[in-house]
This record gives sequence, structure tokens and C-alpha cells, in this order.
Amino acid sequence: MTTTTATPRGFGYRHPRFRLAALLSAPMAWLVVVYLGSLAALFLTAFWTVDDFTGQLVKTFTMKNFQQVFTNSAYLGTMLRTISIALLVTLLSLILALPLAFFMARVARVSWRPLLVAMVLTPLWASYLVKVYAWRSMLQPESGVLAWFLAPFGIQSPGYGFVGIVITLTYLWLPYMILPIYAGLTRLPDSMLDASSDLGAKGGRTFRSVIMPMVFPSIVAGSIFTFSLSLGDYITAQIVGGKIFMLGNIVQTTYVTNLPFAAAVATIPVMIVLAYLFAVRRSGALDNL
Amino acid sequence: MTLSRGTKVVLSIFAVIAFAFIYVPLGVILINSFSTDRSLTWPPSGFTTEWWGKAVENQGVRDALVTSLGVAAIATLVALVLGTLLAFALGRYRFFGRESLSLLVILPIALPGIVTGIALNNVFTSFLGGLTIYTLIIGHATFCIVVVYNNAIARIRRMGGSVEEASADLGANGWRTFVYVTFPLMRSALIAGAILAFGLSFDEIIVTTFTAGPGVTTLPIWIYQNLFRPNQAPIVNVVAAALVVFSVLPIYIAQRFSNADERGGGVI
Repeated sequence: MTTTTATPRGFGYRHPRFRLAALLSAPMAWLVVVYLGSLAALFLTAFWTVDDFTGQLVKTFTMKNFQQVFTNSAYLGTMLRTISIALLVTLLSLILALPLAFFMARVARVSWRPLLVAMVLTPLWASYLVKVYAWRSMLQPESGVLAWFLAPFGIQSPGYGFVGIVITLTYLWLPYMILPIYAGLTRLPDSMLDASSDLGAKGGRTFRSVIMPMVFPSIVAGSIFTFSLSLGDYITAQIVGGKIFMLGNIVQTTYVTNLPFAAAVATIPVMIVLAYLFAVRRSGALDNL
Repeated sequence: MTLSRGTKVVLSIFAVIAFAFIYVPLGVILINSFSTDRSLTWPPSGFTTEWWGKAVENQGVRDALVTSLGVAAIATLVALVLGTLLAFALGRYRFFGRESLSLLVILPIALPGIVTGIALNNVFTSFLGGLTIYTLIIGHATFCIVVVYNNAIARIRRMGGSVEEASADLGANGWRTFVYVTFPLMRSALIAGAILAFGLSFDEIIVTTFTAGPGVTTLPIWIYQNLFRPNQAPIVNVVAAALVVFSVLPIYIAQRFSNADERGGGVI
């Protein structure tokens, strides 16, 4: 017995390899040649130096830039501060996002869900710069909104600085944490939660043993954004950071005069993010983005 | 799982506070744009629409708006073509490097903007002889591809190949199948992807500052340049408020075209 499956006629369909090549060539040229090529060139530059006298690139391989970052206490301090900011932002986003996502997925009426999702999504598309600017008026030490709101309680506004940066970055990336967790929670079958309580688990136990393992990939997916986007940020520090510097600020202030050094500094967050992406690849988190 | 009444109340109160955290800063932006104060002062001492009028007449703002719209439109068009091609390639074929490619497409938004920014800046100034409005468009298109791709591939996966096979069985060639079957089914996903890409480009500041040529001023660049100039604060407030209002509209439209559940509830 022979079965024939009709395939669409035409050169491309008779030659799937050719069709694939036709589909891929333009996006590959863009993403691999332009984008990946630029990243590779930047990475390569990180191992070069700039002649102090002429300002010309010296294209000989050296680890000098990396040595400088890891031995100079000011740079090292900035690096550690940036990593702690990114970790704090991720943690704070998680603390805010979990109960909110749980409310959206399990407590609020099903008919409200699309509205609640839209309410989380909308600020994400408001301009990044405008949101940071909003926090400039929120955090203003004397006449800001927070200062006005907290004054009756005898609390001072955190003002511009470390705390201001953490709050602002949390504000910026929070939706990236809420939405994957929400999606993970809505996918959780009711029967599974019922089974857990039938077997005698109380709320806390069900949360730890059933809900958390199921939404873990979603949390990881959200953390990719909160962590990575915080690591490389420099505008937030500029606008609400006062005198606080982050890694991005070093890159931004040095790239014109000393591109190799800026490239070396910029490579650090990339390495951290890539290591993180690689580590979580198996958890299925990347399908949740 | 049945939640106790107490837990539900606590979670509801928490949700109200969390939404307040999300919306108060945006509200402050809107209110500040009507403030009579010339600096960021809360609470405002009075309200006026004077600054909205001044902002509309401001030539710098108008030029920046036109530049932003033009850059976003072309970048979206490029991203639409490249993202759709990529989605068909990755959604319909199995080939070596497929996994890596799906990771590569999210890199431009997963990596810090400053890295993409100086990487492109370096290549553009070394090989293309400097920055122009075109280098800015290339930069924007690079990170817009992913939103189109994500919307398109979700639809391709859900659609399956059977309708196209049916079309072929009925004798349609590849082009006819695309025009009469594939494209109509893809249309709403592509519109959603395009709106999101447009919004992403319109608002972007970091890659923009590193890839825009001298004198190329988009709206975010205009705000950034005037942010620390005290006498410009009222106009900056108005432009900021306008950007908030105009970002609500497209996202609402995009929501109607794309189904968040279809994309695995993903953000992008």
C-alpha cells in the first residue's frame, strides 16, 4: 500500500532545504553578522588597550583591563554594589509578585483576569525614561511625594541613593516577574491542589510542596529579566542614584576615551547573565519568557 | 484548594497596595504636568494647562516626535519581516543550531541595553563611518525582532501545518497558500507584534543614545537632554505625561489582537 501526502507545489516546497535557507538568510545575516558580530568585536576589544599618549588602540592581547577591574577597590566595590542591587531588586520583585500573581490567578474572579493582566502590562509599555523620571519626583528628598506621604509618620524619604535605585529598578522590572508567575499559576490544575488538601496538606504545605515546584520555572524566567536588566542599568543611577555609581555608569563614562576598558567592564554583566541563562536552560524557564 | 476567608482578604489588600505601587508614580507624572510649580514639588500649589499648550508649540518637541515616529515605523517594518521569516524557519523546521538561534533572538533584550549599545556603537563608528539616523534604525530593529518573532511563532505553533496541507491538496501552490491561508491566519498575531515593536522602539533610550547620530533627537533623547535643566521641567513633565497616555492606547489595541495565554502568558 502506498500513501501519498500532497505537498504544496513549487520549487521551495520540493526543496525544503532551499526554502529553509531562504527563510533564514536575512534574519541570520542581521542577528548573527550585525548583532553577534558586534558583540564579538566588543568582547575582543576588551583584551586590547589604549595608548595613553596617542589615544590610539593598541591591538595586542592583554588581560590588563580585567586585572584593573578586579584589583582596583573602587571598581571592585562598584561591581559588588551592582550585583547586590540586582539581587535585591530580584528578591523584592519576587516578594511583591508572588502574592499579587496568586491573587490574580486564584483569588480574583476569572472574569477580572484579563483586566488585571492588562493593568500589569500597561506600565511596562510606558516609557522607561518616564518611569525613572516619575521616581525622581517620588524620591525628591524635601519636596517629593514620598517625603510628603511619610512625614506624618515621622519617616524621612529615602531620597536619591542606593535605596532609591533599588526601589526604582524594582518598579521598572516588577511586571516581568508578575506575568510569568501569574501564567504559571493559572496553568496549575485545580485537581492538583485539591489532591494536596485531600491528602491532608494545609495551605502552607501545599504552597511549599505543590505550588512552588510548579511555578519555579516561571520565577526563574522572571528573574532573568529583573536580574539582567538591573545589572546593566546606568540611567536609573544617573537620575535617582545621587552619588551612587553602578557598572553601567563606568561603561558610559569611559567608552569614548577608553573603549577597551569600557568593553571589559561591560563584559562582566554579560558573563554573569550568560552563566545564569546557561544554568537555567534545563529548567524550562526559557519557554516561559 | 479552598483558601480561608482571612487569607483572601489579606491577599486582596496586598493586591491593592501592589497596584498602588504600580500606578501612583504614573499618576504623579500626569498630575505634575498640570502643576503651576516650575520645579518638582509635591503637592502642587496650583493647576494650569499652560504647559500643555507650550509643549505643543515647542519646535524641539515636535521635531523629536516626528523623528521618533519615523524611526519606530521603519524599525517595526524591518522587524516584522525578519521576525516573521525567523518564526517560520524555527517553527516549521528542525535543523542544527535551532536552539541556539532561538536563544540568540532574545539576547538583544535579555542583555543589558548598554552592552548592545556600545557593541553596535563600536561597529557603526569603525565600519560604517559614524552614526546617523540609519544606524539608530538598525539598533532599534535588532531588539524589535524578538517581539514580532514571539507573537508569530506562538501562532505558527498553534496553527499547525494541516491547513496548509489541505490547501495543497486542493491544488494551491506555495504562494497561493500563503496569500489565502497562512497570512490571514497570521494577521492578528503580526499586528500585535508590530504594535508592541513600535511601542518598544518609540520609548527606547539606552540603545538609542549609543546609536543615534549627532543631531538625531527622538522624544526620549529630548527628555533625557532636558531632564536636568531646571527651567525646562514643566515641559518635560508634559512630554512625560503624554508618553504615558500614548503608551496605554497601543497596549490596549495589542491586547485585543493577541491572546496572552497563546504566548504562554509571556511578557514579550
